[in-house]
Amino acid sequence: MTASGAANGVDERRRLPRSRLRHLLRTITGDQAAAVVLIVPSVLAVGVFVYGFIGWSALVSVSKWNTVRPDYTYVGLDNFRTLFDNFRFQIDIRNTIFFTAVFVGACLVIGFGLAALLDRQIKGEGIFRSIYLFPMAVSFIVTGVVWRWLLAPRAGVNLLTEKAGFSPIHYGWYTDPTIHYVHAGSRFADVLHWAGLGFLADPNYGIPMAMISVVIAATWQMSGFVMVMYLAGLRAIPEELREAARVDGASEVQILRRISLPLLRPVTLSAMIILGHQSLKIFDLVISMTRRGPGFATDVPALFMYETTFQANNFSRGAAISIVMLVAVSILVVPYLAWSLRREARL
Amino acid sequence: MTIRWSRLAIYTVLVFFAVLYLLPVYILLVTGLKSFTEVGLTQMWDLPSGLHFDSFTKAYKALDSNLANSFRMVIPATIISCLLGSINGYVLTKWRFPGSDILFFFLLFGMFIPYQSVLIPLVKTLQALHLYGSLWGLVVTHVVYGIPITTLIFRNYYANIPTELVESARIDGASIFRIYTRILFPLSLSGFVVVAIWQFTSIWNDFLFAATVTSNPNIQPVTVALNNLAGSYIVEWNVQMAGALITALPTLLVYVLLGRYFVRGLMAGAMRG
Repeated sequence: MTASGAANGVDERRRLPRSRLRHLLRTITGDQAAAVVLIVPSVLAVGVFVYGFIGWSALVSVSKWNTVRPDYTYVGLDNFRTLFDNFRFQIDIRNTIFFTAVFVGACLVIGFGLAALLDRQIKGEGIFRSIYLFPMAVSFIVTGVVWRWLLAPRAGVNLLTEKAGFSPIHYGWYTDPTIHYVHAGSRFADVLHWAGLGFLADPNYGIPMAMISVVIAATWQMSGFVMVMYLAGLRAIPEELREAARVDGASEVQILRRISLPLLRPVTLSAMIILGHQSLKIFDLVISMTRRGPGFATDVPALFMYETTFQANNFSRGAAISIVMLVAVSILVVPYLAWSLRREARL
Repeated sequence: MTIRWSRLAIYTVLVFFAVLYLLPVYILLVTGLKSFTEVGLTQMWDLPSGLHFDSFTKAYKALDSNLANSFRMVIPATIISCLLGSINGYVLTKWRFPGSDILFFFLLFGMFIPYQSVLIPLVKTLQALHLYGSLWGLVVTHVVYGIPITTLIFRNYYANIPTELVESARIDGASIFRIYTRILFPLSLSGFVVVAIWQFTSIWNDFLFAATVTSNPNIQPVTVALNNLAGSYIVEWNVQMAGALITALPTLLVYVLLGRYFVRGLMAGAMRG
């Protein structure tokens, strides 16, 4: 290629880019081209169905499309503005933050506790593990149906105390409309006000008690997964490390706190991201167990999006909710993905 | 002596949690096996007087066509997912090209998105393709959105198969296809089992796509039918419970028989901790 170019001095400069391309093409074997061709269908499919559709949803979210008939008239960020002013969406944000915090916390504590206990040469470890993990294999819809009856105010768990010989509990579980919040005018509200946080004294920054029932069901389903992750992490810690600490007179609890937990930080981070992003999009469990709940106490953005879009035909608002959800999930997931791929490249 | 006591405490805690996790199963079984005369909510925790299958028969009658729908959707979707994931994993580990890592990141992100953000375009597109409301529409949906996780699992799996094996075959003049069919594919059996179980379970358990892509009750998968059954005020709660157990049975069976592979899929899905 270069030889033929050099033979004709005038044409050389003009030809060079083309000959380079040809050179590159020649070094690519047929197999390498085939490799690219093999992966193209998947890349195209994901490109269209994930990225293309996200773009399309974004377009809908800035449009006027609020009936059955599509209307792509551009309205800027109006839909987002009205959405954040919407009382149901404000409640949804409160519910999601509460749900995420308690659910992730409960899963981490229970998952780590069970893993730490199972790591101590337990007879029948396999059976225990299988029992803690089996809810993962079940649909959230099944979980929702079962826990709806287990936490029904007139049945289920409330009756257990009666069976045990005590008086029955009359707790309302997911029918309890109570929201615990700092009441305006209370002494704590004054303190908040003094600190410039007076806006927190509002039911929109409260604790929806009904949501606890959903947390219980979700934790039942997901904590086994955290247990498996921690158990794998614990098994990856060299035994010599712990043995050395034991020889130095460290107790098992000290070993757990000073050696295992710090080494398990990456596992904790992974578990937090995975559970956290799931709780931001929780839908199936809520729709089958409680729906909106009393005063929207168990409502979540995904349910709001579903009802807005497919029942009320307000497509632009539905799309706006979905874009907010996507941004929330991305803030959590993108740095994590970049981090774990870089970590993997270093290994 | 103190050591024995601490062992006892550990076992007590473990057993306590095991009982807690199994409570829903107990309720499901007991309720399903009671006759219609003894299913009052106040007798929820009581054992059945004998073996009655009334609730199961009634729930099965309400769900049987939807169960069939689920199988008709999940089997082709799982097979296609496995093949695509295997090919992608093969290319991304043994035939890496410039930018393949970025491409992988780009694919992977699709696994985490809230599917709400693609739902409206998905419905419109499937309508335009005349796939909306059909089981094939659901198959396409699950295959496409399954690409990230199946690619990830196979990529991790093939990363553990020595590249020298591929290199030496390449020097011997084997083509990309031959290396796949003769070397990689025969070594992938357990990879296929992991991915198949993963996809079977998540497609079977899906509700969001099933509820939005199909609206005809005769086409809907069993999760949607169960949710409708449970949301109806005329269906007795014991029938709902029996329906829940019937819906859970296929994935539970897979879990009991092939739990080891299920856990491996789970760990791959969690990336590398």
